[in-house]
Amino acid sequence: MSHGQTSTSQNGKYAIEAEDLKVYYDDFLALKNVNLQIQRNRVTAIIGPSGCGKSTMLRAFNRMNELFRNAHTEGKVYFNGVNVYQSDVDPVEIRRRIGMVFQKPNPFPKSIYENVAWGARINGYKGNMDNLVHECLVQAALWDEVKDKLGQSGLSLSGGQQQRLCIARTIATKPEIILMDEPASALDPIATLRIEDLMRDLAEQYTIIVVTHNMQQAGRVSDFTAFFSIDEDDRAGMLIEYNPTKKMFSNPDNEITEDYITGRFG
Amino acid sequence: MSVFDSDVKDFEPKLEQRHQRGSIWRVVFLASTTVGIVVLAVLLLTIINDAFGYVAIENEIDPETLAQEGVLLEDLPREALIATLQENVSEGLFRRFEHDKPFGARTREEILALIRDDVIEPRVVAQWTLFESLFRRDMISQELAEDYPNSEVRFERWIDLDFVTTPQSADAMEAGVRTAIFGSLWTIAIAILFSFPVGVGAAIYLEEYAVDNVVNRVIQTNINNLAGVPSIIYGMLGLAIFVRALQPISSGAAFGYNEATANGRTVVSAGLTLGLLILPLVIINSQEAIRAVPNSLRSAAYGLGATRWQTVWHHVLPNAITGILTGAILAVSRAIGETAPLVVVGASTYITSDPSGPFSKFTTLPIQIYQWTTRPQDVFRNIAAAAIIVLLVLLLSLNATAVILRNRFSKRL
Repeated sequence: MSHGQTSTSQNGKYAIEAEDLKVYYDDFLALKNVNLQIQRNRVTAIIGPSGCGKSTMLRAFNRMNELFRNAHTEGKVYFNGVNVYQSDVDPVEIRRRIGMVFQKPNPFPKSIYENVAWGARINGYKGNMDNLVHECLVQAALWDEVKDKLGQSGLSLSGGQQQRLCIARTIATKPEIILMDEPASALDPIATLRIEDLMRDLAEQYTIIVVTHNMQQAGRVSDFTAFFSIDEDDRAGMLIEYNPTKKMFSNPDNEITEDYITGRFG
Repeated sequence: MSVFDSDVKDFEPKLEQRHQRGSIWRVVFLASTTVGIVVLAVLLLTIINDAFGYVAIENEIDPETLAQEGVLLEDLPREALIATLQENVSEGLFRRFEHDKPFGARTREEILALIRDDVIEPRVVAQWTLFESLFRRDMISQELAEDYPNSEVRFERWIDLDFVTTPQSADAMEAGVRTAIFGSLWTIAIAILFSFPVGVGAAIYLEEYAVDNVVNRVIQTNINNLAGVPSIIYGMLGLAIFVRALQPISSGAAFGYNEATANGRTVVSAGLTLGLLILPLVIINSQEAIRAVPNSLRSAAYGLGATRWQTVWHHVLPNAITGILTGAILAVSRAIGETAPLVVVGASTYITSDPSGPFSKFTTLPIQIYQWTTRPQDVFRNIAAAAIIVLLVLLLSLNATAVILRNRFSKRL
């Protein structure tokens, strides 16, 4: 595939773009032939039943799949006009520019300050660290709650606070895209709402892709929704429909999508 | 029986029976714990029993006969002591003393010690255990009166400061374990210096870098098996590699160190052999510790754009260090008690000079204990018991150091 076909991503319309993406775990095809263009500075939700490859899709964007499982990826993911799976691309750089927030809050067993500062420091941040930590904690709507105890362990915070700390940590490396893998599924409803508000606020600056199990959440926070499902023949995950969230939830193109959204399956 | 009326059919709760079965198992578990504790207690008691007790000492010459004009031997002036010594030992021996160190240069105490060793020659003719000394005094006095009428009786603490600070000696009353303590410390230090960095490094590689393929799986299986190889085999390995093949290095000749007598049977050979012996243990324990670090932490670090090494150094190792040190404690405990491989590598059975560096000849505490227990004279059994106590104390203090280190590391997190 020539670079000529990536002109769309270079004109800045899309933040990231998957083209004929396939992900295998050993011999098992987990995700097949995904073509997906993510809009810049929007929240895109990925929904679908368990095992449909939502998280695999998300991790394919910043090459996290290859870290822990015997995964290999075919196809292309264009980020700023460059295929991130190209051999001369360093996944370490990709992961700084495409940050990630995980399902279970996972702050480092270090101080709150250090949690935010670490990622910036290892990436060679040269500015004023105190300012950066302050700025990120304010952006993550956590500053007022932790400003007097920056030296305390990140693990001393509540679950919702921990997740906002993880978001602060992610934006400290100045990413363009933030991937969120069910970021609120381990939180109570109030903490969940705060995270959702935060996602809306962050979308002004960042492109956000969020995997969620919670359809209401997708409806509340996202501008676009991608619905994935499982192909009954080979058990591989595939993209069924990708549309603006409003259309998806009121008048989906696909019958399977409608069945899923109305709760008839999944 | 339940205080409630039966509410549903189909269930047969048998509460009493279920609880009863639980109680039986509790008793079984309690019993096994008790067996363990009793065995340990018996072991300790036996050792302490041998390390203290009455001894009967007979002198070749009664010190009282050496008194002159009512002045006791201990109070005689120097010249009189030299004269006494000259009168009571052969001319040859006296000349040898003079040759070793002129009498003019010897202090009064040194001369007194010579008289004690070579004229009075106290010998232990009988000794009793702590138990007998405490509770069977009448039996002891009876035996003394019957068998050793000329003997002097005193309560001997076989383990005391002198025992720890004097070197090995052929005379059990004079012998100490200083040489062996230094030998043990030297070999353990070298074993740790070798196996800790190598073992932790291997564990990091196997857990964080190695891909899951046939080669690495074979390596892993072999490491697990090596941990179970009998220690004597490691002794043979050490003998072949460090003592023989690497003799120029292990004897220090390559570094211009010329003590021809050691022939590679040195502290460094022994230390490296013990290091090899505990290497698989260190690797396996470190791997366990590294594996116990949750993957969520690694994900978090990688997700921020950390390299593998940054992830390992900043997150995996600090979180695994507690477990790694626990493993090191276990490994050191194993190494410090090892005897067989050191016998093969060539620990000296009798040396009186402390090891002065990695290329010295050496002996260690377990070797010393083994030597003493194989002597026919009963009295060596007592100093062996005392040496065992020293070994246990040394082991406990090394472990305590590691535990303190570990706690400091884990507090920093």
